[in-house]
Order: sequence, then structure tokens, then C-alpha cells
Amino acid sequence: MIAMDKFVFTVSELNRYVRSVLESDRNLSSLFVSGEITDFTDHYRSGHLYFSLGDGQAKIKCVMFKSAAAWLKFRPKNGMKVICRGRASVYERDGSYQFYCEDMQPDGVGALAVAFEQLKAKLEREGLFDSAKKRPLPEIPERVGVITSDTGAAVRDIFSVSERRFPMAEIVFCPALVQGVDAPESLIKALRTLYRERPDVIIIGRGGGSAEDLSVFNDEALARTVAASPVPVVSAVGHETDFTICDFAADLRAPTPSAAAELVFPDVSQIEDRIAELRRQIRFSVRRCVDDRLVRLSALKGRDVLKYPARYFELKIQQTDTLSTRLKRSYADCVNAAAAEFKSAVIKLNALSPLGVILRGYAVVRHNGDIVTSASAVSAGDKINVTVGDGSINCTVDSTEVRVNE
Amino acid sequence: MSEKVMNFEEKLKRLEEIVSLLEGGQCSLEAATELFDEGMKLSAECDRMLDTAVRKITEISPEQESEK
Repeated sequence: MIAMDKFVFTVSELNRYVRSVLESDRNLSSLFVSGEITDFTDHYRSGHLYFSLGDGQAKIKCVMFKSAAAWLKFRPKNGMKVICRGRASVYERDGSYQFYCEDMQPDGVGALAVAFEQLKAKLEREGLFDSAKKRPLPEIPERVGVITSDTGAAVRDIFSVSERRFPMAEIVFCPALVQGVDAPESLIKALRTLYRERPDVIIIGRGGGSAEDLSVFNDEALARTVAASPVPVVSAVGHETDFTICDFAADLRAPTPSAAAELVFPDVSQIEDRIAELRRQIRFSVRRCVDDRLVRLSALKGRDVLKYPARYFELKIQQTDTLSTRLKRSYADCVNAAAAEFKSAVIKLNALSPLGVILRGYAVVRHNGDIVTSASAVSAGDKINVTVGDGSINCTVDSTEVRVNE
Repeated sequence: MSEKVMNFEEKLKRLEEIVSLLEGGQCSLEAATELFDEGMKLSAECDRMLDTAVRKITEISPEQESEK
């Protein structure tokens, strides 16, 4: 504490004194200030934010150090209306009176909208909303997870729609807060609980409300949890026209919880019709399969070969007979030909036979066993043998005469 | 056929598969008979599931996050 009896102060001493006066004031050590941001600069190298807050009539210089600025869920910009929590003090080195900002929130609908757009753009850049990541809902869910308030119309609407359309699905209901500062964490806890339960699909949402109520579903951590879901998520925040960050992060967005239930739960009568139709088609196809074969079988039975099998044999019998006849004929022909040849040979033989000659009156003369062909071969007194047709005659030559040929 | 337990949706898909196999006309008579039997069995099972009139709602409370 500076002794106040010195009446000439150094600047350092003065600034230090003013600072201690300000910092000892309870009101100034923690307060909320609202205003519009101007003169905004963020020294990226340092990460500290320097700006002014003004209300059109007065301005104050502000600084938000990197350690506090890192927690911001949005990027402050000139023109934004914000509410800052912090303390007022003096920067000793240059004597400037400034506001040390420890937390900052967007103020008013315009500011909220800007923060929304910034978060949406950031998560979009990270690929959280990629359509490639969107999963289709199961056609026939057997277990459906529901996260919403356990009071209010939303849960009743979902139950009644499911009862009407598809009562055979099991609903796993995990209630959560859907408004207030604790809501995002409550919703995240509920999601994590259901992720362990592994339903086929999850509906998360609430009925209609004010923009502030619905802004719960713009929470970044909640959106990240939704995007990381192992099962398809349907976001059903009671907005007809506007979207929440959760809507983008989810696999499907429904305008209301009832609409979500209509999308998630199939119409059982349609399914029954489908099953009946499939059964009909199976019967029809199998009958056609059988009929097709019956027709082919009939056609084959109508063919002559199967209808008059005897004819086949008749043909064979006929063929055999024909061949048999031909065989006999050609054999007979062979025999006759041979017989004829034999007969002509016999005739030729007979013609050449000396016996025939002899029968006609000619005789064979032998002398001493040799055949006599010339009259000069014998002389008078020789004994000769004459063979005639029926025997032989022994003779003695009386005389011979040789004929002289001219 | 493996004895894997199919959920409702899988049964319905198998049913549709059977229909298109039969409509393809490439089946032998024996195969068609087997498919017919399987199809009728599946469609009866599906119908039985849809007949369940009892609707089940299970309420669970959010657990404390002890592990990440």
C-alpha cells in the first residue's frame, strides 16, 4: 500500500494506485457488460483478443486473453452484440482503463444467428455433415431409442404414432432435459446410454418452443455426439422451418417428433401386404415352374416313339426280314452260279475225254506198253493191244501201210 | 442352409430373394420345391411376428459416465 503522505507520485505509483482502487471494488471485480464489438483485432500470434465494447454513447477498451478466448464457441466480429463477463481495471503500463473479459456470449437474435452460422460452417468444414456419412434408416426397426423430455407432448406423440403404425417394435426410452443450461449435457448422457443399448435407430428431439429453448440443440458437443452415433439418428426439434445444428449432424431431420415417428416406424399393414404379395409370387412362380415341365412331358409323351412303341419294333422286324431275304437270294445265286460253272466244266471235260473218242469208234493201240501213233512204229508179226470202249483186243500185225501226205 | 437366426428385415429380404430366384426360371424342379418350402416358412414367421399385439416400452435412466 502506497503511503499517501507523499504528494508527488511517479506515474507508476499513480497507475498502481488507481489499479488497486479499481480492483478492490467488489462491483468491478466481476460484472457483466453488454455492448457492440468495435475495433476488433486478434493478434493471431498471441491468441489474445483486443477490442472495444460500445453502446453508442460510450466505449471501453477490452482484452480477452488467449486462455479465456480458447473457450469461445464463436468468433467475435465487429458489429456483434455480446454480453461479457469480466473485471474492470487499469493496465499499468499505459494507464489505459480497460475491461478484462473472461467470458463472452452472443447477445440478441442477430448475434445468436451469427454464432449459429459460424458453428455450422466450422463443423461443416470438419466434415461432420457430409452426406456420405448419412445412413439410411432401417426399413423395419425392431428396437427404437427415444430421447426427449418425459413430460410434454413429444414423448406421447411418438408413442401414439408407433402404436398406430408398428406396435411390434420395442421402444427404449431415455428421458433427458430439453431446455436450460443443463440440457445439452443431459442429452449427451442419454445418447451415450443409448449407444450402449444399440437400438436400430434413435429419435432425439423436443416439441416446439422459443428460439432459446430450441438453441439447446445448437450445442457443439451435442452435435459432435450425434455425429459420432453408431446407429442412425433422427433429429426432431420442433421447428417447421428452421434447422438446428443437431439437424445437420443427424442422419435424418424431421420437422417434429410426430413426423420423426412416422418416418421411423413403418406401416404394419403395408408390410403385411408385402408379405402376402411375396407369398403369391412364390406360389405363382412355382406353379409356372411345374406347369412348364408338365407341358414338356406331355409333348414328349405324344411323340410316336413313346405312344406307339410297337412301331419301332415293326420297323426293325421289317428290316431284318428284308435282309434275311436278300441273304437267302444271294446265297442261292452263288450256289446256282457255282453249279452252272461246274456243269460247263464237266461238259468241257467230257468233250476232251478220250473215252468219248473211243466210244465214237476210235481205239487206242499199244505195243509193248507204248501207245502207237504211227503205222511205221510196228511191223508184221508184232503183238499189239487195242483198247476199245468196253474192253481190249490182243492182235498180231499182219502188215502195215504208211499213208503218204501230199 | 445355415441355421443363422435372421431378424425380421433379413427374413423379408430373403423372401424377396426367393421370389426373384423363382421368377428367373432357371431353377430345377427340386430347387424350386425347396425354395417354395423355405419361402412359405419365412412368410409364416414374418406374419407371426407382425401379429404380436403387445407393445414394449423400456425406460432406462441415463447412466453416470464413468468411462469415455
